[in-house]
Amino acid sequence: MAVVAIVVFMLLRLTTGDPAAIIAGDNATSQDVAAIRERLGLDRPLVEQFVIWLGRLLRGDFGESFFFKKQVSELILERVEPTLALATCTIVLTVALAIPLGVLAAWRRGTWLDRIVMGFSVLGFSVPVFVIGYLLIYLFAIELAWLPVQGYQRLRDGLGGFVERLILPSVTLAVVFVALIARITRASVLEVLNADYVRTARAKGLSELPVMVRHVLRNAAVPIVTVIGVGIAVLIGGVVVTESVYSIPGLGRLTVDAVLARDYPTVQAVILVFSVVYVLINLLVDLSYTFLDPRIRY
Amino acid sequence: MTLRRVVAVLAALAALALVGPATAETTLRVVMHSDLKIVDPIWTTAYIVRNHGYMIYDTLFAMDARGEIKPQMVDKYEVSKDQLTYTLTLRDGLSWHDGKPVTTEDCVASIKRWSAKDSMGQKLMGFVKDIQIVNAKTFKIVLNEPTGLVLGALGKPSSNVPFMMPKRVAETDPNTQISDFTGSGPFVFKKDEWKPGDKAVYAKFDKYRPRPEPPSALAGGKVVKVDRVEWKWIPDHQTAMNALIAGEVDYLEAPPHDLLPIAKADPNVKLVDVNPLGNQFTFRFNALHKPFDNAKVRQAVFHAFNQEDFLKAVVGDPAYYKVCKAFFPCGSPMSTPKGLEGLLESNFEKSRALLKDASYDGTPIVLMHSTDLAVLTNLGPVAKSLLEKGGFKVDMVSMDWQTLVARRAKKEPPAAGGWHAFLTSWVAADILNPVMMGFMNASCDKAMFGWPCDKEIESLRDQFARETNPARQKAIAEAVQVRETQYPTHIPLGQWYLASPTRKNVDGILQAPVPVFWNVSKK
Repeated sequence: MAVVAIVVFMLLRLTTGDPAAIIAGDNATSQDVAAIRERLGLDRPLVEQFVIWLGRLLRGDFGESFFFKKQVSELILERVEPTLALATCTIVLTVALAIPLGVLAAWRRGTWLDRIVMGFSVLGFSVPVFVIGYLLIYLFAIELAWLPVQGYQRLRDGLGGFVERLILPSVTLAVVFVALIARITRASVLEVLNADYVRTARAKGLSELPVMVRHVLRNAAVPIVTVIGVGIAVLIGGVVVTESVYSIPGLGRLTVDAVLARDYPTVQAVILVFSVVYVLINLLVDLSYTFLDPRIRY
Repeated sequence: MTLRRVVAVLAALAALALVGPATAETTLRVVMHSDLKIVDPIWTTAYIVRNHGYMIYDTLFAMDARGEIKPQMVDKYEVSKDQLTYTLTLRDGLSWHDGKPVTTEDCVASIKRWSAKDSMGQKLMGFVKDIQIVNAKTFKIVLNEPTGLVLGALGKPSSNVPFMMPKRVAETDPNTQISDFTGSGPFVFKKDEWKPGDKAVYAKFDKYRPRPEPPSALAGGKVVKVDRVEWKWIPDHQTAMNALIAGEVDYLEAPPHDLLPIAKADPNVKLVDVNPLGNQFTFRFNALHKPFDNAKVRQAVFHAFNQEDFLKAVVGDPAYYKVCKAFFPCGSPMSTPKGLEGLLESNFEKSRALLKDASYDGTPIVLMHSTDLAVLTNLGPVAKSLLEKGGFKVDMVSMDWQTLVARRAKKEPPAAGGWHAFLTSWVAADILNPVMMGFMNASCDKAMFGWPCDKEIESLRDQFARETNPARQKAIAEAVQVRETQYPTHIPLGQWYLASPTRKNVDGILQAPVPVFWNVSKK
């Protein structure tokens, strides 16, 4: 985390762009910009700026955003719910669709079913997310008027609106993740299907369903869980395009807005939070291996 | 309970959940050109914050649709015979959003904070000897010498606008952002509902007392006809247009021109011309470094360029642009073609001849090219092409607008991270006369980025500030323009207009230099 903190701090300062000039606006004079720079403490030596920031960070204070008259922690908390909701819906949808599809494709390898699933997988992986988003909006929001075009409604403001506004963005994102995880599932299952213990299970007279669930899927789970874990991290780390297309005020958009505005305290805090999330998810994935495969020990 | 009954109960519960709370409120949902991040219109000159200012604050004077300055919070004003004292009396019934009355103490503190930041305010304060409070409703501005700036500055339509704030707020250091958003304007800012990156909400201020006159641009009666206005931030233009067509929002302030045909084709949407004066594309020189430190080289650019190429490349549809060979926007009182005859016609031979006379050594022009703002992106390549045809070598450096904003503040030579030129766009309301037009400030180090340095331009701008007679002001504006062709600080590249797509059930959108939401009704 210390390395991340130092690298983020230095990278931001080395990037061209001046938050004071951005804040001051287009009609501002050089004197206005200098006054704002002084006010934000950006005229101080880099080392001094870093020490001040680190000191606050150690006290659990991310500081105040240069732009929004708000604490960075408050900004992040406001944006966590939409991103978490979107990530959760997407992952649930993905797991519910991708694993059965991958298993089916492997089980019926070489048949038309396999080709359809893999064809969809290639398509889902190849079409850019924003294209899928616009197509779904056009069909379900403009033409059929079943769902809203954009926006996010907090859960506390009503379950109906909350679900309604998550369907299209979740489906948009799920297309890519279903494609990815279905492929991984198929490959992993295929590998296990040829294993001796599967042949033995079948030879013992077990029907296909218990063979697939108890013997095949459990042994194929490690790579699948790894990819799902990475997927969750990627989703929480910022699904910028989807959040932009559907105008969802989540962490991804906060990050992009902060980077474009050179809002150093916000960018620094968001990247640190993402780093913690990545580490935690990787830890959970690693721990899950011992549950899925008792041969793995740490 | 049978399965069918369970399903029916669940369906009924789902339907209840989907139905929102019943409400009789009228809410106007609009998509502005930017997200509202900063909320102090004196601290920054950003247009979105200026627009926010017009929602919640009021002004002493305001510009009407004919470009004239009219009293707004002021009931009456008198100018002494020697033109050295302006006596301003506030209207009855003005109150802040917290219910307290607006007093002259508040107004004087607001003028002081604004004038510490705004260039026109600073110019005005150069003429001000004293501001005297007579009583809670009357105050006097006493001048050292007569100037025509008093009403023009106090009724300035664009950034920084002299918005009136309560004294306790106006006493905040001008370089510190305010955190109390109490105003006296027609809307109240709902701070608790403000979600940067999502929406800003304004509620009708029930105690606002509008002027009796009909509304006219930023002046006249500000009668609010909706209960709430929500500024919804949708960063993606296509999504914003889809939301408008689906009826999720009512108005888009500034979609790119290439999306307008979609709006035109929808039977529920109309296009509204909100700002007849429009905007002006501008090419800005850095006068500090070779070769643009030589006025003759800058004159060559005047011959290499033509406005039509820029306007076609960005706007495309001639319905939304106008060739306007003038520094001051066509249609505004100071606009004049004087001095620009024969220029901006892409006379490349003349450009090359001038470069030869100026002994241009082929130093590449570092042209900063902004790539992330649709309205500026195509300007750079057009400028590069025309400059090269006119005999220049050009090194076009592409970057996002915020990087450009930071780099343009650098005075270093172009080879050391500085720059020679860039292109931008001005709202016409910001450039109506030589004092307002920031790029005409030629006061060397004190000038805006580009730092032109010309005593003659500065002397003419001072004369303009002192002049009180409109006809003589116009003559001075003409003289400034002629001088600009000899000592160019920047080049005007034509006027362009926005059309704001609006749902057909929305009426009463006013034509003004700034988008405002009083007088707007929604059926």
